[in-house]
Amino acid sequence: MNAPSSAGAWATRRHGRLQRLERAAACGLTRRVDSARVRDLLEAVIEPGDRVCLEGNNQKQADFLAETLAECSPERLYDLQMVQSVLALPSHVDLFERGIASKLDFSFSGPQGSRLARLVQDHGIEIGAIHTYLELFGRYFVDLTPKVCLIAAHSADAAGNLYTGPNTEDTPAIVEATAFKSGIVIAQVNNLMDRLPRVDIPADWVDFYVVAPRPHYIEPLFTRDPAQITDVQVLMAMMVIKGIYAEYGVTRLNHGIGFDTAAIELLLPTYATELGLKGKICTHWALNPHPTLIPAIESGCVESVHSFGSEVGMEKYVAARSDIFFTGADGSMRSNRAFSQTAGLYACDMFIGSTLQIDLDGNSSTATLGRITGFGGAPNMGSDPHGRRHASPAWLKAGREAGGPNAVRGRKLVVQMVETFREHMTPVFVEELDAWKLQENMGMELPPIMIYGDDVTHIVTEEGIANLLLCRTPQEREQAIRGIAGFTPVGMARDRQMVEQLRRRGVIRRPEDLGIDPRRASRDLLSARSIKDLVRWSGGLYAPPARFRNW
Amino acid sequence: MNASPANDLTRRLRYFEATARSRVAAVLDAGSFHEFLPPEESEPSPHLAMLGIPGAFDDGVIIGAATLGGRPVLVIAQEGLFMGGAVGEIHGAKIVGLLRRAAREKPAAVIFMVDSGGVRLHEANAGLIAISEVMRAVLETRAAGVPVFALVGGSCGAFGGMGIVARLCSAVVMSEEGRLALSGPEVIETVVGVEEFDSKDRALVWRVTGGKHRYLTGDCDELVEDDAAAFRRCVIELLAGWQEPAPSSAELRAEQERLTSRLRRLAGLRDGLDVWRAIGADDPHQIPLMDRDSLVALKKGLPT
Amino acid sequence: METLEFQFAAQPCKPVVGAALSGVVGSGNLEILIRPCDEADACLVSVKTSAAGFGRIWEAVVTEFASRHPVGGTRIAINDMGATPAVVTLRLGQALCEYTGGVS
Repeated sequence: MNAPSSAGAWATRRHGRLQRLERAAACGLTRRVDSARVRDLLEAVIEPGDRVCLEGNNQKQADFLAETLAECSPERLYDLQMVQSVLALPSHVDLFERGIASKLDFSFSGPQGSRLARLVQDHGIEIGAIHTYLELFGRYFVDLTPKVCLIAAHSADAAGNLYTGPNTEDTPAIVEATAFKSGIVIAQVNNLMDRLPRVDIPADWVDFYVVAPRPHYIEPLFTRDPAQITDVQVLMAMMVIKGIYAEYGVTRLNHGIGFDTAAIELLLPTYATELGLKGKICTHWALNPHPTLIPAIESGCVESVHSFGSEVGMEKYVAARSDIFFTGADGSMRSNRAFSQTAGLYACDMFIGSTLQIDLDGNSSTATLGRITGFGGAPNMGSDPHGRRHASPAWLKAGREAGGPNAVRGRKLVVQMVETFREHMTPVFVEELDAWKLQENMGMELPPIMIYGDDVTHIVTEEGIANLLLCRTPQEREQAIRGIAGFTPVGMARDRQMVEQLRRRGVIRRPEDLGIDPRRASRDLLSARSIKDLVRWSGGLYAPPARFRNW
Repeated sequence: MNASPANDLTRRLRYFEATARSRVAAVLDAGSFHEFLPPEESEPSPHLAMLGIPGAFDDGVIIGAATLGGRPVLVIAQEGLFMGGAVGEIHGAKIVGLLRRAAREKPAAVIFMVDSGGVRLHEANAGLIAISEVMRAVLETRAAGVPVFALVGGSCGAFGGMGIVARLCSAVVMSEEGRLALSGPEVIETVVGVEEFDSKDRALVWRVTGGKHRYLTGDCDELVEDDAAAFRRCVIELLAGWQEPAPSSAELRAEQERLTSRLRRLAGLRDGLDVWRAIGADDPHQIPLMDRDSLVALKKGLPT
Repeated sequence: METLEFQFAAQPCKPVVGAALSGVVGSGNLEILIRPCDEADACLVSVKTSAAGFGRIWEAVVTEFASRHPVGGTRIAINDMGATPAVVTLRLGQALCEYTGGVS
């Protein structure tokens, strides 16, 4: 043990932080940094081997900081251990190809999936692990604490307070972990204001901020054009509303993004209301501000929505509906991915989403060969939290279906909704998921399964609903899945007698069993059939991005 | 606020995404439509079969007789979802046959629901000939005193040869979702480059070819909501007061004068916004956002 | 383009119209024409499809449909542009419903 300054032996991180700040000061850098000097800043305060969190969220990206980091000298900066929610931008991958970063822990990489796979196969990157968002945030406070974080905010004031506004997303979680473990917080902002609408991140927690040459990148990921919803998706949405939402009384939920769930949202003011379900289902949401939820909100079907992030074009609408959304005293929305994910985990009774492949155990995967895409929030939302204690009718009913009338706990409803065939007649139901081959090719510890079969409670296809809670044996489970796998090879190999029995028991229910006339399944049932309809429903408050407009 | 969008938006039959058959059922008097050469009496195009394409029984166009507001009419409705509504040999022959019948039988009008990108290239010359015969037939039907009304509001709009056909009709009724032009946006971009015309800029495409623009420049006579019932009401009204003029070279020359002077005024303008400003609209940027009634009122107030 | 022909024994149905058409031959879609045929307890199906190689699935889909609904005495002609079994089943149901006036 080093004898002198024993107090100092316990403050090495503080000491290190001061040294970094001194190096920056020695270069003539102050808290507010000119955009032309950001590279100098990064090379001054970051050290080789540092763990760096780059704010790559779902919606917003600290793109100027990412590009500048990728332009740094690999002689000065190398071996960086990146931690970030989403690998979205080309510059995120450039970091590895240039030798600046060597290791990555993340959650989702959809846009860079192929490039990431190639990097792995060329041994150009070490992947620590793929996480679900909340899991990664948790590790920021345990064993993946960032030394430096590069974040994106909307505005800063002269003191360095930050306004993150509607797209607050992951920022609070990232900054708290970094700032309170003697890390360095660097923010890019769109502009400076004399007085911020509200303070989302206090200046005390921020070390440097720069006004970026252009506003930070942001992507409308949660907008689905109603014009693309098909009749089959309407049929499945009707089945879900009648066969699951109404059955269990699902009031608190999350929808994984997709056209299938968009169809459900658009049927709430029409089909669901016709069934007398207004106010009885879908009242409380952990959900981004989906434009397709507008008709349901306007029709009085919805009471509250908490969001992970915002959605481009929805800002004015959200601000005008403060009874529904979480908004600040300034009027603009406040989102928070960490809290929304927590809400989705414990405070929701149901998750429903789509997928690319399902096997006979009910394991659900979006992994495809040649791409590493990760999971995003689905594993968190789509899992049954054993820590839950408070009861709700839906949770208790599901728990008793699974564990009998004396079950000691409830179950969260985890629903996978998918047509039996994808584009090019690719079957969704398979004997073995591509995830296993991907594991082998990429040398992963585990197959990248998005939702485990033992968490899935229902699978819905155009052929019907399979209630896995009611299956008593693995064989029943297998046949229940085959029984709704349509004309895929998996479906055609069903044991017809067993499937009939399961149907008689209500384990499998076809549209007819639910009293649904497939002829009613048409787009005419949707409360909005185009983006323009959504704009009209919103009274002109919704301003869709250009790519969704013909005006 | 809550009640009206629900009733209005949820109940109307959107003309834009409706099939040709449901448009016919909704625009003409209920139950009055009788189809000529129905699918059960037809076979798909042998041209398409030779190319290994399945084809449609009605070859993408429906023809028949009906009543509109009680008055007898003949009907043509193109199916834009089949091969982009493009005109092939059988498709064209059905249209020409219907128009010739109209010239003979003299119904109150021919209702022509146009939804087509133009010639069906798969059928090459047969498609080209078919469209030119349609053009001739429209003019002959009109010369026989029978108005031909073009309804343009589908996903394909009226492009290419069918754009010309639409303008040869007695009157054109469009919704703001409809488009009317000659060359398709993708073709323009491919031939002269994206700086000249960005076909992916949908707002620009509609500012240059869409119903609102055509209405303001006088290339269509009526603008209606994207609603089959609105098309129906509009055509009934048109029909009520209609007198099909006899063909006249004086009329043609006057029209040519008008078009020449319009071209002189507006040549070189590259965007609907510039055109609307040039014809006297104070705040052209508002126009894409305006509802139908406001736009009609605006046009009334423009200097002629 | 692939042409497929099937024939089944089936319960006779009672048409209320001479023929019924459902669907449009657009991408991922199909049209179905149902007409009478002479044998009251047989159903003849002919499919023209742009997606070759799926004969087995077509057979299974149509067989399943014929087993669940009375389609005897009909000739069913299909022009298909790559519809999935989900869409095919939906359109068959719609066409039959129109043909029999909803009693099926």
